[in-house]
Amino acid sequence: MRRLVLALGLILSAAGALALDIEEERLFGSGNETSVVKILSTTDIDIFAPLVIAFQAANPGIAVRYTVASTTEVYKAVPDSALTFDLVISSAMDLQMKLANDGYAREHRSLETEGLPAWARWRDQLFAFAQEPVVLILSRPAFEGLRLPQTRADLIDLLRANPERFEGRIGTYDPNRSGAGYLFATQDARQSDTFWRLSEVIGGLSPRLYDGSGAMIADVQSGRLALAYNVLGSYAAAQLSGDPDAALIELEDFTNVLLRTALIPRGAERPELGAAFLEFLLSDTGQTLIDQKAGLPRIDAATLASAGHRRPIRLDPGLLVFVDPLKRQKFLSEWTAAFLRR
Amino acid sequence: MKIPGLSPSGSIRQRLILQLLVLVAVLSWMLYISVRTVASSAVETTQDAILGSATIAIAEELRGGDDGVGIDIPYTAFSMLGATGEDRVFYRIVIDGVTVTGYDDLPLSDDPLGGLTPIFYTRAYQSETVRIAAVERSVLVSNRPVRVVVAVAQTRSAQDAIVARMANRAAALGIGFFAVAALLSLLTARSVIQPVRNVAEAVRRRGPQDLRPVDRPVPSELAPLVTALNQFIARLSGALFRTETFIAEAAHHIRTPLATLRAQAEIALRQSHNEAARAAIRGMIRSVDDSARSVGQLLDHAAVVYRTDQRADEEIDLAALTRDVVAAFGPAAELREISFDLSVPDQPVTMTADRLLLESAIRNLLDNAVKYSALEGLISVSLLVEGGEARLSVRDRGRGLSGVRSAALTGRFRRGTNVADVIGSGLGLTIVREVATAHGGEFRLTEREGGGACADLSLPLA
Ligand SMILES: Nc1ncnc2c1ncn2[C@@H]1O[C@H](COP(=O)(O)OP(=O)(O)OP(=O)(O)O)[C@@H](O)[C@H]1O
Ligand SMILES: [Mg+2]
Repeated sequence: MRRLVLALGLILSAAGALALDIEEERLFGSGNETSVVKILSTTDIDIFAPLVIAFQAANPGIAVRYTVASTTEVYKAVPDSALTFDLVISSAMDLQMKLANDGYAREHRSLETEGLPAWARWRDQLFAFAQEPVVLILSRPAFEGLRLPQTRADLIDLLRANPERFEGRIGTYDPNRSGAGYLFATQDARQSDTFWRLSEVIGGLSPRLYDGSGAMIADVQSGRLALAYNVLGSYAAAQLSGDPDAALIELEDFTNVLLRTALIPRGAERPELGAAFLEFLLSDTGQTLIDQKAGLPRIDAATLASAGHRRPIRLDPGLLVFVDPLKRQKFLSEWTAAFLRR
Repeated sequence: MKIPGLSPSGSIRQRLILQLLVLVAVLSWMLYISVRTVASSAVETTQDAILGSATIAIAEELRGGDDGVGIDIPYTAFSMLGATGEDRVFYRIVIDGVTVTGYDDLPLSDDPLGGLTPIFYTRAYQSETVRIAAVERSVLVSNRPVRVVVAVAQTRSAQDAIVARMANRAAALGIGFFAVAALLSLLTARSVIQPVRNVAEAVRRRGPQDLRPVDRPVPSELAPLVTALNQFIARLSGALFRTETFIAEAAHHIRTPLATLRAQAEIALRQSHNEAARAAIRGMIRSVDDSARSVGQLLDHAAVVYRTDQRADEEIDLAALTRDVVAAFGPAAELREISFDLSVPDQPVTMTADRLLLESAIRNLLDNAVKYSALEGLISVSLLVEGGEARLSVRDRGRGLSGVRSAALTGRFRRGTNVADVIGSGLGLTIVREVATAHGGEFRLTEREGGGACADLSLPLA
C-alpha cells in the first residue's frame, strides 16, 4: 500500500513537473559556481539579462537559472510542491497577491524592503521592483487629420465618428488568454464606467486580440493597427523610440500603473539566495539597472506624485476579487459580450 | 535626624511613602489595564464594523434568478479591508450547504446566523488567528428560496499592531501617572511630617531656662503628644522651683540659728572668766564657723549644680571679672597681711559663659590661696590668652599640697592632709572642677616650684 502511495506520489510530482509550460530558460554562470538560485519569471530573458549578469558579478559564487513562463503558469507553479523556485517574479499583481494572501510567500525584511514605499510592498512578502504605466499607442498616419485622443472619452468620440478608419485596426489584450490583459481590463472596469462604453465601441469595430504587448506594438509600427489599447508602456517606449510614425499616449482620465512584483515562495529550497537576488533588485544598483538597461521604470514615489493621472494598482486585498473564479467567469463573459458582440 | 541615645524604630515618613507608592502603583497598573482593554475593544469594534460591512456588501450583491444565484463580489468589499493594514483576507460563499466559491475550509459559525446582521467569531485558520464575519440571506431561485451564507475572514495583525501601539501609550500614561503621583506622595509625606519637625525644632531651639509650655498651634493628631510634653515641662519646672526654694530656705533656716549661736557664744566668752569654760566656748565658736562654712559651700555647690543645668550664658570679659573678684578679696587678704600680684591683660578677654559660675570658681581658688598661705604671703594671679584658650593661674607660697594629687582633692568633701586647723568643707575645688567642665575647660592643682601651690583653670574662648 505504502509503495503504491509512493508510486502515485512520484507520478503526480512528475506530472507536476511536466505541468509547467516553460517559454524559455537559461542558466547563467561559468560553471564554477557553488550554488544556483532558481528564478521563475514572466519577464523575458533579454530584458532581465543585464540584471542577472550584474548580480553574478557581485555574487560570483551563485549561478542563476532563469525560467520564463506565462503569468498563469507562474501562478500555478508556486503552490506546486514538485516545482521549487527561490524567487518568483510576475507582472500579474492579482495572482501574486493571491499567492501571498494564501500563505505561499515567505516574509523577508531588510533595509532595502523597508525603504520601499508602503504601496510597493505587502506584508513583507510581496515586493514591487518596477512601476510601468499602461498606455495607448497609435500610428500617426492612421490619425491623419484627427486630433490625437487624450482621454477615453476622446477616444470613444473619435472611434464613433470614424468607424471606417478603425474597422479591424484596433488591438488589445485578450483577457481570456493573458493574465496581464485580464488585470488591465479588470482595473479599467473598476476605475470607471467609460471602460464598458469603450469596450462596446471597440467591439463594434472588429478588434484584434493579442496575448502580449510585443506583437501589438509591432503591428502598430507596421501600420496594421491604427491603435493598441492597454500596452505596457515600458515595452512600447523601448520599441517605439525613434519611430516618428508612432505615438505613445498616457490617457489623462487615468493611466493604470502596473507594479512588477517578486516574492520568495514558501517552498523555496534556497530562500536565502532568492532573498539575495531580491535585495539586489531593490538595491540602488539594481534599480538603476532596471531603469536604464532593462527599460522598466524604477520604483519612485516622486514620479507618481508629479503625474496625477497615473494610478498605481494598489497591492491590497481588492485584487483578490477578480481572482475569484466566479467573478472571473462573470467578468470575462461580460467582456466577451461587450467586445466580441456575442 | 540622628538623636543621640535614641534608636528610632522605623520612620513614619518612610512607611507613609511606601504605602502611598504601593497605592499609586496599583492605580497606575489599573489605569494601564483599563486603557488597554477599552482601546483594544474599541479597535476590535471598528475592525469588526469594517469586516461586517465587507460581508454585507457581498451579500447584498447576491442575485436570484432562474439559473441559480448570481454572485458578484464588489471590488470595494475586499479593498476596504486593506484600508487599515496588510491583513490576509479569506472568504467563503455557501449556497444550500455547498461551497460555491472561496476557501471551502474556512470555519463557519456554530451559532445560528442573524440574517444580514453579521455574526463575528474568532478561529484559527491557515496557522493564524482570524476574525470572521458571517451573514445569511435567502435568495429566490426559480421561485424557491435558497439559503446563502457569506463569511469573510481577516487576520488580525493590523488590529494587533494598533492595540500594541495603544498599549504602549497606555503604559507611558501609567508610568507618567506613577511618576507624578509618586512625586506628590513624597511631598505629601513631607508635609504630613512637617508639624512634628516644627514642634521638635521649636523645643530644641529654646534657651536653657525656658520652661514655658509649647503653645504653637499643632494638628489635632499631635495635640496629645504636645499636651503630654507640656505636662512634663510643668512637672519639671515645678520640681526645679521647689529645689531652689528648698535651698534658699535651708540656707536661711541653718544660717540664722548658727549666727545667733555664734553671737551668744561670744557673749558667753566675754562674760566667762573660767579658763576651761572659755576654751570650750572657743572650740564651740570654731565648730560653728566650720558648720557655717560648710553650709555656705553646700549651698554654693547646689547653686552651681543647678546653674550648670540651667545655664544663663552671656558675653563676659574674663579680665574684668578676675580683677573684680580679686578686688573683692582685698579686705580678707589684708587681715592676714597677704597681698596680690595681679597680672591681667588690659584689653577685654571675652567669652560666652555663665558669669556667676566663673565668679564662684575664681572666688574658691582665691579663697584657698589665701587660706593655705602663711601670713604676709604674696599671691600671684595671672590671666593669659594663648591658642584660643584663657588660662587663669593662682599661685601662692603657702604650705603646698604635701604630695597629694590634684584628682584626689577635687572630689566632693575631700580635704588634704595638709589642712591642719584651717576651716573648710572640701567642696571648693569640686565647684571649680564642675565649672571648668561645664565650660569645656580644665582644672589642675599642682605643687609650685619653690614651695606653695599652683592652681590652673583653663577655658576655651570660642
Ligand atoms: N592653695 C592651696 N595650698 C595648699 N593646699 C591646698 C590649696 N588649695 C587646696 N588645697 C588642698 O586641697 C583640699 C581641698 O580644697 P577645697 O577648697 O576643696 O577644700 P577646703 O578648702 O578644705 O574647704 P572649702 O570647701 O571650705 O574650700 C584642701 O583641703 C587642701 O588640702
Ligand atoms: Mg577651699
